[in-house]
Amino acid sequence: MDLDFYLSTMWSVLKALPLTLEIWFFGIAFGLIIATGLTWLRASGYRLGEYFTRAYVFIFRGSPLLVQLYLIYFGLSQFDFVRHSPILWPILRDPMYCTIVAMALNTAAYESEIFRGALRAVPVGQIEAAKAFGMSAFTRFRLVTLPIALRLALPAYSTEIILMTKATALASVVTIMEMMGTAQKIQHDTFRPIEVLTCAGVIYLLLNLSIARLFAWVEYRLSPHLRPPPEQSQQIKPVPEVL
Amino acid sequence: MEFLSDLQAQFSTAYELLAAGWGVQLLWGIAWTLAVTVVSMLIGAVLGSLVAAAKLSHRGGLRFIGESYTTVFRGEPELLVIYLFYYGGTQVLTGVARSTGSIGSTDILNMPSFLGGVLAVGIISGAYQAEVFRGSFLAIHRGELEAARAYGMSAWLRFRLVIVPQVLRLAVPGLGNVWQLTIKDSALISVTGVAELMLTANKAARSTHHSLLFYTVAGILYLVMTSISTPIFEKAERYTSRSFTRPK
Repeated sequence: MDLDFYLSTMWSVLKALPLTLEIWFFGIAFGLIIATGLTWLRASGYRLGEYFTRAYVFIFRGSPLLVQLYLIYFGLSQFDFVRHSPILWPILRDPMYCTIVAMALNTAAYESEIFRGALRAVPVGQIEAAKAFGMSAFTRFRLVTLPIALRLALPAYSTEIILMTKATALASVVTIMEMMGTAQKIQHDTFRPIEVLTCAGVIYLLLNLSIARLFAWVEYRLSPHLRPPPEQSQQIKPVPEVL
Repeated sequence: MEFLSDLQAQFSTAYELLAAGWGVQLLWGIAWTLAVTVVSMLIGAVLGSLVAAAKLSHRGGLRFIGESYTTVFRGEPELLVIYLFYYGGTQVLTGVARSTGSIGSTDILNMPSFLGGVLAVGIISGAYQAEVFRGSFLAIHRGELEAARAYGMSAWLRFRLVIVPQVLRLAVPGLGNVWQLTIKDSALISVTGVAELMLTANKAARSTHHSLLFYTVAGILYLVMTSISTPIFEKAERYTSRSFTRPK
């Protein structure tokens, strides 16, 4: 056991954590925006919108993220109009932006399905009650449908976020030196893959466990009405005399 | 319509390139992808059922091992696990071979890339399959197991006649999902040099400079594979639950 080596590897990989988190955050943020649009398109009732979202979900869920990433990074630059575009080219020539775009497009497909399921799972009675109260469509959505649907979507959404953390590692294949890329470099330099990858693995695992814990906490906070009531005896438990 | 003419120019060469031999290469790529996926699923099925049994065990130690396995291999990036088995395998094999003197002290014994990739993807697949098997087992009606015990069936007989048929029936939809995941994970083992679909598309893209074409074709082929498997698993579901269909 070479503790110094483990510690220095751990430290080098940790220094790449901000970059991993950056890819992760922007991928998720843009993914959420696209997913919201897709869900709206799907729920709007337009036939064309439904076909589009169905095709979108089919394509992005049915093929590996790696293919999508390569297609965006290597494939799109073949178009002359992409290379000559002042807006597209600065985005698509940068591997970092390409990873974020690929992740966002990919996760949006999964998330839009999660949101669609959550919207459908909102009890009809709640919406009917809101209608009976005379709420406008917007108020109904804001005060009844949305809060219930968000709460219902949370468990599946947290799984998707963890999948996204794992997906950030793919950035290393397009030369980004995030945690996986850094670990790869150290591994090539030292030829000690098991030690290096174990260090990186521990960090990824801790990251994912804390994300899972965070979501569990949010879920707990958002569902006070589902918790069993506290025991009467516990509430009036006397203070122990001997402290 | 600069875009359309561009697109047309890109795709007019498609037929020529595919007919010039890359088409056959891509078909071999599909064969390797399917081979990797099938072998990984089998490794995953063995590991998955063992881990599911461990997670359902009454012994705390076994449960802990099972929990750790599913947490670790579902929580790590797939790429990391693949590198660990491929490069880590090389490290171990080299170390062993050097110490036994079968190779020189500066030589390297590489992990066979197919073996390394299949082990990694199989172990990841096993973590997901374990959850599927565990859920299916828990969904079996307690009364059935009690009835089997009351009939005096041995543990093996109960396993073979009561548990396995029901777990299989309930697990088929979940296994279908894992199969799709495994197909997609198999694309990642291109990094170790297995000539599956992704690597073939990569090679074709690099050597012909038609990345758009080959990655699109690869994407479509993956879509075909994942969408063909859906009706197959639906059929399997009907088959395994044929004695459970109720009149409508």
